[in-house]
Amino acid sequence: MTDVAAETPEADPFARLRAMTPARVALGRSGPGLPTDAMLAFQRDHALARDAVHAAFDPESVATQLAGLPTVIVASRASDRAAYLRRPDLGRRLAEADRARLDPGDWDLVIVVADGLSATAAHAHAAPLVLSLGARLPGWRIGPVVLASMARVALGDEIGGRLGARMVLMLIGERPGLSAPDSLGAYLTWNPAVGRLDSERNCVSNIRPPHGLGYGAAADALCWLMTSARTLGLTGVALRNDEGLAWSVGNTPPLA
Amino acid sequence: MFVTTLSGQRFVFDDLKTLLARATPARSGDELAGVAATSHAERVAARWALAGTPLRLFLDVAVIPYEADEVTRLIFDSHCPEAFAPVSHLTVGGFRDWLLSEAATDDALAALGPGLTPEMVAAVSKLMRNQDLIAVASRRRVVTRFRTTVGQAGRLAIRLQPNSPTDDPREVAAAIIDGLTYGCGDAVIGVNPAGDSLAASIDLLRLIDDLRLRHAIPTQSCVLSHVTTTLAAVEHGAPVDLLFQSIAGTEAANRGFGIDLALLAEARAATLSLKRGGDQVCYFETGQGSALSAGGHHGVDQQTLETRAYAVARAFDPFLVNTVVGFIGPEYLYDGKQITRAGLEDHFCGKLLGLPMGVDVCHTNHAEADQDDMDVLLTLLAVAGVNFVMGVPGADDVMLNYQSTSFHDALYVRKVLGLRPAPEFEAWLASLGMVGEDGLVLPHVGGAALLDFAP
Repeated sequence: MTDVAAETPEADPFARLRAMTPARVALGRSGPGLPTDAMLAFQRDHALARDAVHAAFDPESVATQLAGLPTVIVASRASDRAAYLRRPDLGRRLAEADRARLDPGDWDLVIVVADGLSATAAHAHAAPLVLSLGARLPGWRIGPVVLASMARVALGDEIGGRLGARMVLMLIGERPGLSAPDSLGAYLTWNPAVGRLDSERNCVSNIRPPHGLGYGAAADALCWLMTSARTLGLTGVALRNDEGLAWSVGNTPPLA
Repeated sequence: MFVTTLSGQRFVFDDLKTLLARATPARSGDELAGVAATSHAERVAARWALAGTPLRLFLDVAVIPYEADEVTRLIFDSHCPEAFAPVSHLTVGGFRDWLLSEAATDDALAALGPGLTPEMVAAVSKLMRNQDLIAVASRRRVVTRFRTTVGQAGRLAIRLQPNSPTDDPREVAAAIIDGLTYGCGDAVIGVNPAGDSLAASIDLLRLIDDLRLRHAIPTQSCVLSHVTTTLAAVEHGAPVDLLFQSIAGTEAANRGFGIDLALLAEARAATLSLKRGGDQVCYFETGQGSALSAGGHHGVDQQTLETRAYAVARAFDPFLVNTVVGFIGPEYLYDGKQITRAGLEDHFCGKLLGLPMGVDVCHTNHAEADQDDMDVLLTLLAVAGVNFVMGVPGADDVMLNYQSTSFHDALYVRKVLGLRPAPEFEAWLASLGMVGEDGLVLPHVGGAALLDFAP
């Protein structure tokens, strides 16, 4: 988290505190202020998070990583990043011009890859996760991967609905934290249609190896959710990981 | 209907809530809700019309119908006409002039509080510049007590916020110890749990309470779980000092939080029954935009709704009220200017209604704000007499993923303005040799002793 040189416990009694937590403890003082190194480390991490928020989504690069899987590129109604940040309602609806690009089909699952609040996360982690998922779902009818820019989680509802998908999986960049500018979230929604509530989704968050959840573990978690959703015919609060598996799943998306 | 003419242009506002919304300083949340003024001229025209509106009108017209909303019923049913009498003849503009005058002493403002509705207070705040909000609020000292006394003139308390992404007791303890070395923690040691499980909340309560008792720290603890979790913790015999809950200004938004007034009353009574420190046992958090976010805004602007949340808080005689001003994101408060304005409004409005206001001076990474903006708002609020602010290690909350104020920020603002910790806490720090006669934490003193606190 910081570039402050590690010191031995003897030289620095606060090293013990620092080793106990990822929080920015035992930073030292310059008068009442922060020492220069600690101040600049914070500014570096804030800069990375800010750049992740404003990074332009490059769907072509994700398509390339998907190694020949069929893809469709769409955008929301938010015209630019400033509009996207101010008007979450626009980010939840498809651009008029892109509606015709999504033909109804017979799909068990449609996966959407979206920038959300961190295109950096989508660029880094979405394609490997999609490939991990595909390998775990033999026999499933999986639609084209939709690459969506200026998107909020709920844009997946309209996309999945137009494609006639029985469920939609939204892989979207989460709001960057100072220590995690590239965290990917995965939101699963059964029977997608405009107007679904957040309480009708399940999410697996903090997908960002090597610091957060790995692709294999995330894919395992999502496959469990998708298989359960297909069995029960629902997602959301009624579908929870009560088996004590080594991952957490929630139904509220606080950070995307 | 309200009509005003500005340089030959005629503006019409259909009703009181529309007038209030159009008069509000620009912010993205009101634009998102579709209630904001659509031009600068319309905004000022609305302020002219609002300035000429009698305060009495607010006792005849509800911005959200009485029948439809229990917060409205609380506001009207608890209004005190005798307290209102000194200003009952004034317009909103005249009320601003009165507030700025010598007549508005701390005592006069304290006596007036029960006579004011949140909508009156929100209305006058919309006519006030930032310096007005600071000048009036700085006169109003709202002092509350649990194990420490918070809100006295010349003092600034800090909520120590030792959050951990996994509720790891060692991580929480490390952040508490670090914060104590900077003289933070006198408002409360309050941790936001990562999950909302009863077992995790009880573990955290015991951890902080053990630390407090072992070292005789005169402060109080809080785990910021949902009120139902805290209620269950009380029933399980956990050491609950303060009852926490996020609250909003409409019945619908509160329902989105899973609460109503009856539940708050029940939980407060249960917490009071423990008799652990005093009769002021509630800690509430609020923030502009929460009602719109929950789909419960009724077409009312977010600042008026925020002030209505203070009417909810007022009904439960809280120890601390904290507006988490920049947490909600840029779709409600877009940039540093809007966050600054909102923080000063919330503090002023809360104080006028008699609340022990603190402010989480904060921002997210997708807002147009940075630490320079936080420095400005922190300094302005300390000048305005804010009761407490947050202390987060390095300003970086590693669990909630946002930036607040740090232990260092507390050192800075206490030093430049000569503000001391809460008196009981200052005496404890002095007993450890950590503070000088001015109440300020000495450089490089005391920390090593506190390291022995580590588990």
